[in-house]
Amino acid sequence: MKIGIVVFPGTNRERDVVIAFERVTGIKPIIIWHRETTLPSLNMIILPGGFSYGDYLRCGAMAAHSPIMNEIRIFAAKGGYILGICNGFQILTEAKLLPGALLPNASLRFLSRDCYLKIERNDTAFTRGWNKGDVFKTATAHGDGNYFCNNETLKQLEGEGQIVFRYSAANGFVNSKDNQTNPNGSINAIAGIVSANGRICGMMPHPEDMVDPLMGSEDGKPLFQGIMETLA
Amino acid sequence: MNKAQQLVVNESLAKEFGLSADEYQKVLSIMRRTPSMTELGIFSVMWSEHCSYKSSRVWLKNLPTKAPWVIHGPGENAGVVDIGEGLAAVFKMESHNHPSFIEPYQGAATGVGGILRDVFTMGARPIANLNALRFGSPENSQTRHIVDGVVRGIGGYGNCVGVPTIGGEVNFHESYNSNPLVNAMTVGIARKDRIFLSVAVGVGNPVIYVGSKTGRDGIHGATMASAEFDEDAATKRPTVQVGDPFVEKLLIEACLELMATDAIVAIQDMGAAGLTSSAVEMAGKGGVGIELNLDHVPQRETQMSAYEMMLSESQERMLMVLRSDRINIAKQIFEKWELDFAIIGYLTDTGHIVVKHHGRIEADIPLAPLADEAPFYKRSFSPYFKPKPIEPLNITMDIERSLIKLLGCADLASRSWIWDQYDSTIGGQTVYRPGQSDAAVVKVEGTYLGLALTTDCTPRYCQADAYQGAAQAVAEAWRNITAVGAKPLAITDNLNFGNPEKPEIMGQIISVIEGIKDACNALNFPVVSGNVSLYNETCNAQGENISILPTPAIGGLGVLDNVSRAVGNALKENFQLVIIGETKGHIGQSLWLREIMGQEAGPPPTVDLKTERKNGNFVRQVINQGLVAACHDISDGGLLISIAEMAMAGNIGCTLDAPECGMRPEAYWFGEDQGRYIIMTSDSDELIQKAKQQDVIAKLIGYTGGDCIVMPSGAMITIIRMKAASMSFFENLMKV
Repeated sequence: MKIGIVVFPGTNRERDVVIAFERVTGIKPIIIWHRETTLPSLNMIILPGGFSYGDYLRCGAMAAHSPIMNEIRIFAAKGGYILGICNGFQILTEAKLLPGALLPNASLRFLSRDCYLKIERNDTAFTRGWNKGDVFKTATAHGDGNYFCNNETLKQLEGEGQIVFRYSAANGFVNSKDNQTNPNGSINAIAGIVSANGRICGMMPHPEDMVDPLMGSEDGKPLFQGIMETLA
Repeated sequence: MNKAQQLVVNESLAKEFGLSADEYQKVLSIMRRTPSMTELGIFSVMWSEHCSYKSSRVWLKNLPTKAPWVIHGPGENAGVVDIGEGLAAVFKMESHNHPSFIEPYQGAATGVGGILRDVFTMGARPIANLNALRFGSPENSQTRHIVDGVVRGIGGYGNCVGVPTIGGEVNFHESYNSNPLVNAMTVGIARKDRIFLSVAVGVGNPVIYVGSKTGRDGIHGATMASAEFDEDAATKRPTVQVGDPFVEKLLIEACLELMATDAIVAIQDMGAAGLTSSAVEMAGKGGVGIELNLDHVPQRETQMSAYEMMLSESQERMLMVLRSDRINIAKQIFEKWELDFAIIGYLTDTGHIVVKHHGRIEADIPLAPLADEAPFYKRSFSPYFKPKPIEPLNITMDIERSLIKLLGCADLASRSWIWDQYDSTIGGQTVYRPGQSDAAVVKVEGTYLGLALTTDCTPRYCQADAYQGAAQAVAEAWRNITAVGAKPLAITDNLNFGNPEKPEIMGQIISVIEGIKDACNALNFPVVSGNVSLYNETCNAQGENISILPTPAIGGLGVLDNVSRAVGNALKENFQLVIIGETKGHIGQSLWLREIMGQEAGPPPTVDLKTERKNGNFVRQVINQGLVAACHDISDGGLLISIAEMAMAGNIGCTLDAPECGMRPEAYWFGEDQGRYIIMTSDSDELIQKAKQQDVIAKLIGYTGGDCIVMPSGAMITIIRMKAASMSFFENLMKV
């Protein structure tokens, strides 16, 4: 199994993903520099968190035009697996590989605290490590994680089961109006979605920082276990 | 022609540049002619308080700086200590006070950027940021704006560069109304055989400029940081630098990539006084000369003069001396990261700094006298008067209501509003985040080692008794590191004071340094880096000069050989609570006295350094033996506040025993005696037995469980009520 992590100038959570993958699956992903114009043969691409190009224009907007993105589009068109975390999710929406957009948090402040996510479906490569309805604790760290899309897209996402993670209370209760449990104000408390074919996933929180009891929780492990089982 | 070039260099211009008449005479005798504008600029910044420590130097040299684990003490860009397994921790704290008042966001952001560069310039990957902040009174109309800007600035920079911000402290006091303090600390990890220094050697080696382009921002920032503020401080906004954390992130990665090769001879960041100080210090330390051709300096503005380029404090720039046969390797790395890379000069054997621009020599100064003859002053000082004891008190508020009021006061309330805006988990190595333990704990990637990090100072103690207050700041840092189970190794000190030309302020400085010295010696806890920020005074609308409280912020670092042994401070169900150390009920300068009785009076608690050491060594030992499930030191607010903090952290309450008879309940519950800890254990008998053997005072004081604190009187205070009080302060202060 070969996993590639794409690094843009300003990406800063690539090491966290490498550490998590190695710890949970024993596999060490390879790092791919954004200026590459060819991709090695890969089973999955990960776009990690950070501030690509300083997030100066709009989060992810400039990275979406990096040279490597052409190859990533081709990879996606062939049905390849792609996971975008945080800034990676923002890049995937800017690149139109996923619908919608990430707006500034409702509080207009950067938010770094733990939150709970509810698993909406467990038949994707990204969620099969959990049961449907499971709730897990994860870290957030973003200024622009407020998921938004138009009504038509929202209808499609809800109707087609493209919402995989929703912000919730510890007991699984979802209330998109509650700024404690839906901390960034996302529409319908959406924390992560998949593409229509279920192969491309974007999520704002950071399960990669929650894979070691020493750091307070192993709740993020099933993400990597599920990916491993899918690709093995 | 630019305005600066039309000016005539003379004593009155020198005065405008911050040089006294005597200092200007010294310049003339070194130069044996009238200096050029650029030369005068170089002298004025190198001899500013900020760069030369001219008021504090003679006293600072008394501080202990050595221990077997110290690799580099003060004098380098940051301190370096051996943490085992072939690794070193590199750390320093530095102030960015003046810029943060003028422009809170950029002032704080560039403070973080500057301290990060001090650490990675030595070859260390930054792994943690902390910050010690002092703001004005919550009632002051500007405070909210400054808090907002400073917190956004620290977060905006630290979050983007991808270094977790995991600890710090905050105080509010009216003396900081127009002079907030922003002290930023960075900790990095390097291989101990791969530490990079700033000693430039090898005549003929090229001098390389990398990073951002040079603009006109921050010209004379070091001089600004060496003067008091007057009412038109706002007009100094153009001297505040603007930060670009994105470029800093690229610079970190590019420098660390280059540091893995053998190309670098010497490296230093361009911080205060920019190109001037980096070039002068690097060449000076190596005993060589340096020639710069400013035509090659990457510039983002047109028609910049030599004076402007030499004094610019544009951010995210580094100066390096490379091996001449490795230029191409270095160039490729910086091109990959899309950063400017320019050869702007070379080392010479002249012992002079020579600056050329457009074919003209703009400066030619001998380096040895520039450094050796830098002014220093043994300024006059007045002795410190010990405060009078407090008057008899008429107490009307009961313990329960006092507890709730204290939990909601500015200096004790929950800081989660602040730390929620700082990315504390990036890196995946954060073991204890803010609020979960006395010192932040971060694992050293790829090892079992952990670092325990803290910043501490109680300025109201320092104001009342500078010596005791300074010793207390060091002791509290040592205690916080101990309370997680780590071995305290060393400190960085960030000394913030008013105008040293006033004898009473100079008296504070001397007493503080004396207090730090004695505490460091007693605790074997040397100073390995530091920073002095003076002239923290502002003229208010009534024309009075207001000086800040003396604030020697101490940044402490400790190491855990096995990070999984670290303990936090959250209560869990069904344990016993044991207090370590003697409770005498000292209420002078306590928060209870200030918040409940409305008095800032009396002497601060005395730090008995011998007992401090004995108690701390015991606590560390029992933590490492696995006898401790949680630990918290007793500091601001006293015993009951510490217990309340532990209860709130764990969402578990406790039932407390009655105080020893004879002591007033207020003094028992809220007194701030030093050298004390609360330990949560499942075997208090064994713990107390062990304590007795080591002559440490230990006493069972209660049991954990439930959802409230049950007082000996039977009064119950729910955690929900305590949390509501604790959260209310920032909610009200920052309410939209």
